[in-house]
Amino acid sequence: MSARGKAAIVGAAESDLGAVGSGFTPLDLIGQATERVLTDAGLEKKDIDGLFSASVYYQMPTLVVGEYLGIRPRYSDATMMGGSSFVSHLLHAAAAIEAGLCEVALVAYASTQLSEGGFRGVSDPPNPFETPYRARYPVSMYALAASRHMYEYGTTREQLAEVAVAARQWAKLNPKAFMRDDLTVEDVLASRMISSPLSLLDCCLVTDGGGALLVTSSERAKDLRKPPVYLLGAGEAHWHRNISQMPDLTVTAAADSGRRAYEMAGVGPESVDVTMLYDAFTINPILFLEDLGFCEKGEGGTFVEGGRTAPGGELPVNTNGGGLSYNHPGMYGLLLLIEAVRQLRGECGERQVEGAEVALAHGNGGVLSSQVTAVLGTQSVL
Amino acid sequence: MEELSEEMASAEAPAITYRRHLERGKLGYQRCAECSAAVFYPRVLCPLCGSGALEWRESAGRGTVYATTALHSRNRDPRNVVLVDLDEGFRMMSRVEGLPAGEVEIGARVRFEVRRGEEDEPVAVFVREEG
Ligand SMILES: [Zn+2]
Repeated sequence: MSARGKAAIVGAAESDLGAVGSGFTPLDLIGQATERVLTDAGLEKKDIDGLFSASVYYQMPTLVVGEYLGIRPRYSDATMMGGSSFVSHLLHAAAAIEAGLCEVALVAYASTQLSEGGFRGVSDPPNPFETPYRARYPVSMYALAASRHMYEYGTTREQLAEVAVAARQWAKLNPKAFMRDDLTVEDVLASRMISSPLSLLDCCLVTDGGGALLVTSSERAKDLRKPPVYLLGAGEAHWHRNISQMPDLTVTAAADSGRRAYEMAGVGPESVDVTMLYDAFTINPILFLEDLGFCEKGEGGTFVEGGRTAPGGELPVNTNGGGLSYNHPGMYGLLLLIEAVRQLRGECGERQVEGAEVALAHGNGGVLSSQVTAVLGTQSVL
Repeated sequence: MEELSEEMASAEAPAITYRRHLERGKLGYQRCAECSAAVFYPRVLCPLCGSGALEWRESAGRGTVYATTALHSRNRDPRNVVLVDLDEGFRMMSRVEGLPAGEVEIGARVRFEVRRGEEDEPVAVFVREEG
């Protein structure tokens, strides 16, 4: 059984973003996003019977979100794999809808970390095999992967910086982006070193923000307010949690998740018009371009040179400005899905990719640990 | 029930056995009796084949730096975190001591030593192999 085209995203909305002010909780932002997403879809709250959420705040996220919103779901999924969780929720929602376990699924997430004073991470118990070395979580783990990619393939800090510059150029076209000042490769190289080879501007933002998606059957999607964005294919994979257990630091499980997503969708990377790659750090899009088949292993650094993924380049990547320049509320996977939906609806204004029919949204979680890929499409490619 | 209790009492947690090795100046790891995989971090079943027949071994403590990063802080010298591939075929996180954090190179040969951590616990570190 394939889930191809069986479910569609019919609503997509952000909460307030950036720095929302003290006193607001993640649940308040989820409330904002939920009101907006219902309007976007033309559905009512009472239509929601499936609830999907993940959190670093709440151990039982769907319970507390359900309570706040006044939703009594008959299907609930709090899969927590870091920032990729929400791409996973999309696949799980499609499967639950296909199985008849729910009909209208709400996927919701928010964080108010910036207004609380800074980065809010996960709180696992200490690991006696990593904790004593006081690596800075998660940047040092991504730095280790970048160091290895540079060693094996000659990837340079300049190439990493190109990823940040391309993101900023997209962000300048997005009024909701947090950082919209000019940015050059030289600026990135000159920024304060955090965990070599990654400097401050190789790292994603720390912001407040959140969002919500509504997912339903393709049948029901036909009569709603906006053109449905169909889930053509999706795949999940994870091979490790701790960076010292990652088999090869230059190859992520996106090689598996991407293959699974492409197989279900019946398309390959050559068909993708808009590519959303979870850019927690500048090394991420380089690894994912390779592992998702946009270029050969080791060529990601060369691939991003010369603005190839920037506005006007041949492969539009992270058209909202990404986690690097638009918004990164601790976990970003839901926001990259929202941008993919908007691109396929043609709602992106200045940054719109003309004639976009297929979008790839790739979520990353943990320390290059969880990889979840979704391929979305318009009615025309169904 | 009595037999079961005795059996349970005789088992030692893998993390404890590992620490006992460190206390004696040794780097312990496990070898799977079924599939011969080198296993680290220590656990109770082989992550390759699923066998519970893991045997403790002492590493010769020689390895090669696989990946490295230097962590920068505002008022301190940078410090280093590495992943080391031990010659017996397992990988671990550690740090390389005895040279500036930014000068630790991938491919460098390193040798295991024990240091004391913040709470006087033994910690496995590495120093550059001479020659
Ligand atoms: Zn085995």
